[in-house]
Amino acid sequence: MWLDLSSFALTALGLFFFVAGTAGLLRFPDTFSRLHALTKADNLGLGCVALGVALQAAHWTDVLKLALIWALALLAAGTVAQLVARAALSEPRARKRAGERP
Amino acid sequence: MTGTMTGAAALLLDLLLVALVAFAGWAALAGRGVFRAVVFFIAYGLLVALGWVRLGAVNVALAEAAIGAGLTGVLLLATVGRLERAGAARDVPPVRGAAAWVPALAGLGVTGALVWAWFALPLPESPGPALAEALPRSGVENPVTAVLLNFRSWDTLLEAIVLLAALLGVWMLGRDGDWDAPLGLRQHVRPGGVMAGFGRVLPPLGLLVGVWLLWAGADAPGGAFQGGTVLAAVIVVALMAGVATPPGVSALPLRAALVLGPGVFLGAGGVLAALGGGFLTLPEAQAKVVIVAIEAALTLSIAVTLAGLVLGPPTAANGTAEGGAEPNANGPAAGRRA
Repeated sequence: MWLDLSSFALTALGLFFFVAGTAGLLRFPDTFSRLHALTKADNLGLGCVALGVALQAAHWTDVLKLALIWALALLAAGTVAQLVARAALSEPRARKRAGERP
Repeated sequence: MTGTMTGAAALLLDLLLVALVAFAGWAALAGRGVFRAVVFFIAYGLLVALGWVRLGAVNVALAEAAIGAGLTGVLLLATVGRLERAGAARDVPPVRGAAAWVPALAGLGVTGALVWAWFALPLPESPGPALAEALPRSGVENPVTAVLLNFRSWDTLLEAIVLLAALLGVWMLGRDGDWDAPLGLRQHVRPGGVMAGFGRVLPPLGLLVGVWLLWAGADAPGGAFQGGTVLAAVIVVALMAGVATPPGVSALPLRAALVLGPGVFLGAGGVLAALGGGFLTLPEAQAKVVIVAIEAALTLSIAVTLAGLVLGPPTAANGTAEGGAEPNANGPAAGRRA
């Protein structure tokens, strides 16, 4: 009962972060702040969802797999955010929209 | 998954998924710009993979996510990059007249035929009494692997050879003068940068996941194609991060890795035929050993072939990837997929 309630609460919290990240992606003005919304909020959201699902796992190996998925998603998102930001820095159009921030 | 879900919630989820698949497909076709179409195509592939999971076809879902969305997506993104470098990616005006409605009618016709076939054909019994009876003699417990590597191994053998032929076709696109150059574009990597670090952390983990997918394929969803695609991603990430440099087309280890899978497959068929069983008719006692040996060889060949398809034809050093400090032709996007 408490396990189910915690699962509901954690996945709902995760979904909230996903919605917040998506809102940021759509509303923020330039590449850099959009990346900020996407990587930070979504990774937190994925962590909450993974934690909520882990509470329902039948076996501890499932928890381990969920943890691995989250860790890999964090690693990939962090790397890709850096690469996209660097690509945007070298593109004058994106720099202009960002108000010529260095 | 469906066990704990009430009927109404499951139906709602499925309807939402169908609507999303249809929307992603429409957006890929109707939007302006090639890049946008490719992005929607990748989203479409991932949504279709979710659909396969809902139908209980996890093997197909894995293949769709890894090959349909992942690998094909990377190939299409690389194509967009190539078009842009060639200055051929200008926005084309929308197609009008016969050029628009002839393909549309053809598409509608195919859709209509498929819908008709769905209603006309009898519903398949899962997994089928004949398969259930034959499965214990196949050497593996995953019915999909049993079909692919034992009952219908001809099809899989020919698929492996088609894949090799596709790579040879890509190599044919290389210029004569570039033939001895390494495969693909040169990669610029900042020493000690993010991509260099990623290229050191991910490959060992990816190697583990790829080999596990191959091994698990005997009894659970997975197999040579799914494992091979993960290993191909490992190879591409390692090359993009500058951990290794791509070989040229005449490198002997590369060629050996490419023909190992089809070679072992054909060789096993020949030996089994010589022993009197018939071409690729696996004896019950040794079935598992033969299947695992063929799959292991196939996985390596599939991994190297798919990585070769992503890298593209041999390109001389002056064809470098342009851009900033780290990104390259299929850089950030390929990293994300991997």
